Amino acid sequence: MGNLIEIRDLAKVYARGKQKVEVLHHIDLNIAEGDFLALMGPSGSGKTTLLNLIGGLDTPTAGTISVGGQRIDQLGAGPLAKWRAANVGFVFQFYNLMPMLSAQRNVELPLLLTKLSSAQRKQNAAIALKLVGLDERASHKPSELSGGQQQRVAIARAIVSDPTLLVCDEPTGDLDRQSAEDVLGLLRTLNREHGKTIVMVTHDPKAAEYANHTLHLDKGTLVEQALA
Amino acid sequence: MKYLHLIWAALFRRKTRTILTLVSILTAFLLFGMLDGVRTSFANVGKSAAGAKRLQTGSKLSFIETLPQSLQARIAQVPGVKDVAYANWFGGAYQDPHNQVFSFAVSPNYIDQYPEVSVTPAERKAFDATRTGVLVGDTLAKKYHWKVGDKLPLQSNIFPNRDGSKNWSFDIAGIIRATKPDDKQFLQGVVLMHWKYFDESNPYNRGQVGWYVTSVADASQSDRVARAIDALSANSDHETKTMTEQAAMASWMKQMGNISFIVVSIMGAVFFTLLLLTGNTMAQAVRERTSELAVLKTIGFSSQAVLGLVLAESVLLVLLGGVIGLGLAAMLGPIMSAGSGGMLNMPPVGAGSWAIGVGLMVAIGLLVGVLPALRAMRLNIVDALAGR
Ligand SMILES: Nc1ncnc2c1ncn2[C@@H]1O[C@H](COP(=O)(O)OP(=O)(O)OP(=O)(O)O)[C@@H](O)[C@H]1O
Ligand SMILES: [Mg+2]
Repeated sequence: MGNLIEIRDLAKVYARGKQKVEVLHHIDLNIAEGDFLALMGPSGSGKTTLLNLIGGLDTPTAGTISVGGQRIDQLGAGPLAKWRAANVGFVFQFYNLMPMLSAQRNVELPLLLTKLSSAQRKQNAAIALKLVGLDERASHKPSELSGGQQQRVAIARAIVSDPTLLVCDEPTGDLDRQSAEDVLGLLRTLNREHGKTIVMVTHDPKAAEYANHTLHLDKGTLVEQALA
Repeated sequence: MKYLHLIWAALFRRKTRTILTLVSILTAFLLFGMLDGVRTSFANVGKSAAGAKRLQTGSKLSFIETLPQSLQARIAQVPGVKDVAYANWFGGAYQDPHNQVFSFAVSPNYIDQYPEVSVTPAERKAFDATRTGVLVGDTLAKKYHWKVGDKLPLQSNIFPNRDGSKNWSFDIAGIIRATKPDDKQFLQGVVLMHWKYFDESNPYNRGQVGWYVTSVADASQSDRVARAIDALSANSDHETKTMTEQAAMASWMKQMGNISFIVVSIMGAVFFTLLLLTGNTMAQAVRERTSELAVLKTIGFSSQAVLGLVLAESVLLVLLGGVIGLGLAAMLGPIMSAGSGGMLNMPPVGAGSWAIGVGLMVAIGLLVGVLPALRAMRLNIVDALAGR
């Protein structure tokens, strides 16, 4: 399969006061369509920064990123938001669900931006919840769910609009072993059976084992240590 | 509309705080509803077309000073005058001295000067034919369950009867109703008796009247006619002051202080406080939701959509409290009026007050929401997600 993501000579500089910090430099990276990639590295090495660039949450200081043949590094905030809605699903360490909304309503959230009718939104959300094994908890609020369940709701939200790419920032960082394995198994299923391309940042070597291969970041550069 | 549940959920994220804020908004608009009713009813007094064609003539010295009844014939001679009626203050109370009813002793043609109200021809005939007859306003009749044919005992707080007591007895001959069914007229709340009966029965009156009401044929001639009427009594012992009904009301209101100004000042202070309070609530609400708003943006909500959501939340908050508050004012007004036994007459919350009220709610909502909404709109996703 071809590359879904192509990154060339990518750099990201943050200005901290007058001081400039180059967080990422000269990153070249191809991610094949259908890949499941783990990103590891010490704290502060720039993993989240790279992931945010790939997911279109931030724009690079230099270099190019194209996803599915489209250059996203030059998109303005508005088009980038539209692009994210159509192409990327996000999963975070702390789930980031809306505390006042039921699981069902949380999963429906991305569909509000589509032209789907209310009935279709409901149906799609129900399908996504079933896929993560939480169809029976549809009416529960996040506070009534365990951490692992909340993360699965977040995954359902990430896939409900059927994006090609999932980006996950330490999705198991806040979970116990068992819940972490459930979530990782789910991600693997989404990768293998539903063809989602996944980029996952993790600190946990066990989690990285679920991926097809692992890349290491150190002080803002990629260290080639890919395990096949 | 599909975002309503999102806005609603955000609004009640902190129930106690939202409810407390709602209560203050509600209170402010309750006050607004009541005060604005007072303001508009004052502003509308004497503004009718018929009012512009009516002149009131009273003593130049003070309104308790009386005028000779003989002046009627002389006023009638003034060019441009259509008809002249007169009235005297009676100051009656019904059953209990606290139940004051507006009651005037009037000339037979008095009611004819007020086309805004009417009496059926049969009742009018009965009134004219009965020495002790009275016409009563339908509002009063309803309140005290008076019917045509009833005896009506009134206590005057000023004038004794021929027998020396202040107890008078009348016969209800007719009911005064508004000519236009939904109208509210002052005369619907008065008792009118014959001046002749009053004058003959009261040993102290001796042909004196309190004020004249003159109808002019042409409203544009009102000022000239008014000057001509005052000229009749110039340099006499009963000099007069004649004004159109509107001007009379205006000067009376000046004496009462500028009601509108007072109302607007009070409401200004109340709404300013409300602005700070609600503004604080909204600012807090948005600050503590930073990461949730960042997630919305992550998912693909545009900055404008987030701006809209926060503005809608703030407008909805003020509308919710405001509409309940104004609704309460609309309900409580009549209850308070009834409960006070006529001492208080709360005007109903009119369409005008509703329009101004809802306009204010939206304006306050937008004003209060704009800073937090801008903050939400400018929110940087990456920083917000990292908790920076
Ligand atoms: N918006 C920002 N402004 C200034 N500095 C930033 C910003 N974002 C990231 N940095 C800095 O860039 C570096 C890399 O940050 P990043 O969050 O990508 O690290 P990370 O590899 O995800 O670390 P962790 O494993 O702790 O999550 C850090 O030194 C961080 O302080
Ligand atoms: Mg990180």
